[in-house]
Amino acid sequence: MSATAPPLLEVEDLTIEVRGADGTALPIVRGVSFTVADGEVLGIVGESGSGKTMTLLALLGLLPPRVRVRGAVRFRGRDLLTLSEPELRKLRGAEIAVVFQDPMSSLNPVQRVGDQVAEQLRAHRGLDRGAAATRAVELLERVGIPNAASRARSYPHELSGGMRQRVMIAAALSCEPALLLADEPTTALDVTIQAEILALLRELADQLGAAVVLISHDLGVISEMASQIAVMYAGDVVEQGASAAVFANPQHPYTWGLLGSIPLLEGWPPKPLHAIPGQPPTVAARPSGCPFRIRCAHAFEACTERPELLGRVAADHRDRCHLEPAAKAAARQAAPLDAGAAS
Amino acid sequence: MTRFIVGRLAWTLAVVVAITILTFLIFFAAPGVDPAHQLAGRGATPAAVATIKHDFGLDRSLPVRYALMMKHLVIDRDLTSYSQGRVKVLPQLVDAAPVTFSLVLGATLLWLVAGVLIGVLAASGRRLLDPLLMGAGLIAISIPTFLLGDLLNLITQDRLHGFFLFSWIPPLGYVPFAQSPWGWFSHLVVPWITLSVAYVGIYSRVLRSKLQEVSEADFVRTARAKGLSPRRILVAHTLRNSLLTLVSIFGLDFAGLVAGGALVTEVVFGLPGIGALTFHAFQDLDLPVIMATVIYGAIFVVLANTAVDILYAWLDPRTRSSGFDPAT
Repeated sequence: MSATAPPLLEVEDLTIEVRGADGTALPIVRGVSFTVADGEVLGIVGESGSGKTMTLLALLGLLPPRVRVRGAVRFRGRDLLTLSEPELRKLRGAEIAVVFQDPMSSLNPVQRVGDQVAEQLRAHRGLDRGAAATRAVELLERVGIPNAASRARSYPHELSGGMRQRVMIAAALSCEPALLLADEPTTALDVTIQAEILALLRELADQLGAAVVLISHDLGVISEMASQIAVMYAGDVVEQGASAAVFANPQHPYTWGLLGSIPLLEGWPPKPLHAIPGQPPTVAARPSGCPFRIRCAHAFEACTERPELLGRVAADHRDRCHLEPAAKAAARQAAPLDAGAAS
Repeated sequence: MTRFIVGRLAWTLAVVVAITILTFLIFFAAPGVDPAHQLAGRGATPAAVATIKHDFGLDRSLPVRYALMMKHLVIDRDLTSYSQGRVKVLPQLVDAAPVTFSLVLGATLLWLVAGVLIGVLAASGRRLLDPLLMGAGLIAISIPTFLLGDLLNLITQDRLHGFFLFSWIPPLGYVPFAQSPWGWFSHLVVPWITLSVAYVGIYSRVLRSKLQEVSEADFVRTARAKGLSPRRILVAHTLRNSLLTLVSIFGLDFAGLVAGGALVTEVVFGLPGIGALTFHAFQDLDLPVIMATVIYGAIFVVLANTAVDILYAWLDPRTRSSGFDPAT
């Protein structure tokens, strides 16, 4: 790629607002920025309600019209937020595809799964019915569905959860998109199936050279796939950087908490899991300043001011926390929100 | 699917038998009722009552009486109405049925097409169109059929009959299709409209709310994320899943009308259908005719329900394979 080519996906200061009951604008997502290069995997992690899925839907213009989206979403240099619906339609499914969380509700219950893969090919590749059906069977084979030719005639309820998600993946990758958005692709599945589906996603994305934005609440899932990480909390990105850097030297107390809530299988007896006390705030009840301060063991006066997302330890490893980076190691030791510190 | 259909038909047969027993008990075994006098109708001679007593075995046990009645009804088909001097009942039903079918089929077609179109149009979310159409739907539902029918008659038969739009509408009555297709059509147009108006209101409102509900479904979001055209999303995803609701109410509405529910429309427009037959039978307290129409109607409702179940299983694969072991 030449130096002047724009990155594959560049999200700048993305803000998503809904109107509250009294007509005031409630920001669901505040000033999110990230960049995804060709073939790169970005992981967005956070609890339910942190704005991950809204961010993803905003990228494709799939939010309901009453939701206001500001900022810029540049895909290969074109701002998707300014595109018309027909222009977006040409990109959706063809250049940018999505795998949603629950493959049962995300597949049409009364349409054969082969047709659900084929209709995308017909819409974007102009294939006729027969060619699209043949290609759909090939794709179902490719995602590891046995007897794909007969399975293509099944309805979603006749397949297991893992098979359904394979169908979703086959449909998403059918037009060889440059960017794959995966919204909690393994959350609705059995634990034993999760690893298979993740491996399949990684393998196919590699083969196609597709970049992936992977959304999950599970840092374990993210750590397996992502080279870049953004941690979201209550609509803010609170920490962002290369995953090696974030895992090695997490800067935000919320990230510490997330890391502490991963079960470790090493050693006996098992170390106790740490939960972050309290609940994430709702959009309407979000406190002023740092939204995490009411659950944070390290909050101090400065936290009533909303911290900036700054590279405090390194230029490409940014966080929204007022604590002095030098003081963080001691703070993390003193208030053990993660298993490492607890031992 | 075949197994499902066979099972469903066997069940239907059982229900039909149960209905005939129930009807028999209501007419012949209700306490304080003398079925011979009821069957004979108003002002019957003692001789007629005696004949009836013998014909229906009214001095014998209940099972024998049931068997005799079914013999008259199904095997000999000579159930007789005594109130108008020994007229056989079943030929009357057979004559009336095509009239009702013609009326209901035409109205059905009209209200399905109009109901789906208006429902889709309203759900497509134009700012003013939706409340306007739904308001009109509410009015359509609320207009009593007898009022609308008489109003249309007043306009097309009387006040504005000279106006070129209505001058082709013939006087009230019915002409069989085989005799004159145009006569059949022109006699039925106004009744079709009258009968379907309320149903257009109901169906468009039901479909609109279902469409809006389904359009929030995850799989519609998936379809949008696939970059499909709005038309494709509507037809293959939203509408396909919404129509299931209409199928189930349609079966009941259709059966109810064919079974005699179109009574008011038939009477207002002088159509000699099942409803009109029942209406006149009630006026004359003509018990054999009432009994026959009740059984006919019940059988038709059951058959229509079976048809709906089969159609539903075809439309929604999930209902088909209950008991099917999902392979992994």
